[in-house]
Amino acid sequence: MTMHREVLTGKHLMQGDIACAEGAIAAGCKFFAGYPITPATEITERMARRMIEVDGMFVQMEDELASMAAIIGASWAGAKAMTATSGPGFSLMQENIGLAVMTETPCVVVNIMRGAPSTGLPTEGAQQDVMQCKWGSHGDYEIIALAPASVQEMFDLTIECFNFAETYRAPTFLLADGFTGHLWERVVIPSREEIKTVERKKPIVPADKYVPFKPDEDLVPPMACFGEGYRVHVTGLTHDELGYPKTTDPKIQHELVNRLCEKIRKNSDKIIRTYKFMLEDADVAVIAYGIPSRSSLNAVKRAREAGIKAGLLRLITVWPFPEKQVEELSNHVKAIVVPEMNCGQVVREVERVAKETPVHFSSKIGGEPHSPSEIFEVIRRAAKA
Amino acid sequence: MRVEIRIGGFGGQGIIRTGLILATASCVYGDKNAIQTASYGPESRGGRCRSEVIISDEDIDFPKVEHPDILVAMSKEAYLQYVDDLKENGILIVDPDLVPNKRENLKVRMYEVPATKIAEGLGKKIVANVVMIGAFAAITNLFGLEHLKESIRHNVPKAFIKLNLTAFEKGYEYGKSLLKS
Repeated sequence: MTMHREVLTGKHLMQGDIACAEGAIAAGCKFFAGYPITPATEITERMARRMIEVDGMFVQMEDELASMAAIIGASWAGAKAMTATSGPGFSLMQENIGLAVMTETPCVVVNIMRGAPSTGLPTEGAQQDVMQCKWGSHGDYEIIALAPASVQEMFDLTIECFNFAETYRAPTFLLADGFTGHLWERVVIPSREEIKTVERKKPIVPADKYVPFKPDEDLVPPMACFGEGYRVHVTGLTHDELGYPKTTDPKIQHELVNRLCEKIRKNSDKIIRTYKFMLEDADVAVIAYGIPSRSSLNAVKRAREAGIKAGLLRLITVWPFPEKQVEELSNHVKAIVVPEMNCGQVVREVERVAKETPVHFSSKIGGEPHSPSEIFEVIRRAAKA
Repeated sequence: MRVEIRIGGFGGQGIIRTGLILATASCVYGDKNAIQTASYGPESRGGRCRSEVIISDEDIDFPKVEHPDILVAMSKEAYLQYVDDLKENGILIVDPDLVPNKRENLKVRMYEVPATKIAEGLGKKIVANVVMIGAFAAITNLFGLEHLKESIRHNVPKAFIKLNLTAFEKGYEYGKSLLKS
């Protein structure tokens, strides 16, 4: 199996975590900083071995605060950069995630979610960090988060994360449950030419004309990295378009923070991905993401066999939340079922958007994903009500 | 057709590797879909260990085994814990030296494969799992033999490929002999 060292073209049986690492490398990741933690350790292990093969850099950091800081620095030095962790490490990253948002630093953060709070259930999967991913750092901001449901998607969506991070200059999250991270499944890795990668926008003006944080029409400013001949000042303080702190002018705060939100919100049609199954004539719609969406797919098929018109909307993009898709759906179904491996997170967003349509929540925590029959029962109840 | 396989034993027997060999044979060298999941205790040797494989001609939606069609038990604990999950008329393969006192009146097709003893005969107890894979292949007829051999070559250290392929052949012959009797 001699293949291109950056793109392992071919058919493999691969673990989710490993497929994520390979997706990162295929996307052009050249810098990984991290601290191993179950169930994300295999990503760090794979990157430790692979970064050197592709002339990239791997750093095992002292903790997750530093890991996040390191990828911000690497990104400003021009590298596509990633870190990977699980709940406890994700909590430690939150402050610097805010720094990445404020400095508009393209970077990818992988969270292989395990049972929580605190150190919780290290070896068991969960979906308990979905709201933390959106709101974990202080302040108002928007991020992008994708939720893979297969090993193939661990590969594909990691590439997508890099492309979004580079396009929108925002930290982008691969939000996977520990079950998917540890799953072994077939992955088909295409040829290097078939993999679409995106590079950050560079300034086209000479150095003396460059205004580092002046956005283009898409609300994203071109990014000059350190060492490219442009003067750039990078700060977490509220700054003007030149990048210098301006903390007494409310107008500057208003413009900057709104733009940081709007550059994601206004482009949400380009960011949101969903998968629809048998929704055309559905009375009951299941809305799911990650591994419960696979239990749901099976449950929907069973429901159809039992004469219940059920369908599935799988959220591939979780943030920004697919409001339009959920609203449209809520207008033509009688009930919505939301299974999550937590005590109720995305279901709140669904309820907010679905308004009058009844929403039935199915919670599962402890490690095992919902069985299809558990979801089938909720579908049956929802159809009767 | 979806086939659910569960392999149970203890850490150090190559239980997880067994699942990976079967899954690789099906979905990398063969043209079926396959999924492997594992669960194990924190101990690296001696603790409970379980590997599950699902093989299907179609896309696999729910990735977990609920009621296995085939159970391979390589420890008494695995036998006791999982035998009741087996589907009616399902296939049960046990290593009789590791699983004494099997229950009677089970509605299953049971095959006894002394994999550990056969492996000891080859000089390396550690290849008992591959002996089991050979017997499994003969009994279930679920895999292309060449696909399994390719998968073994891919999944074991280079220096031990020959030994593992011999173990596979021994297991296969033993499995065939069980079908004849």
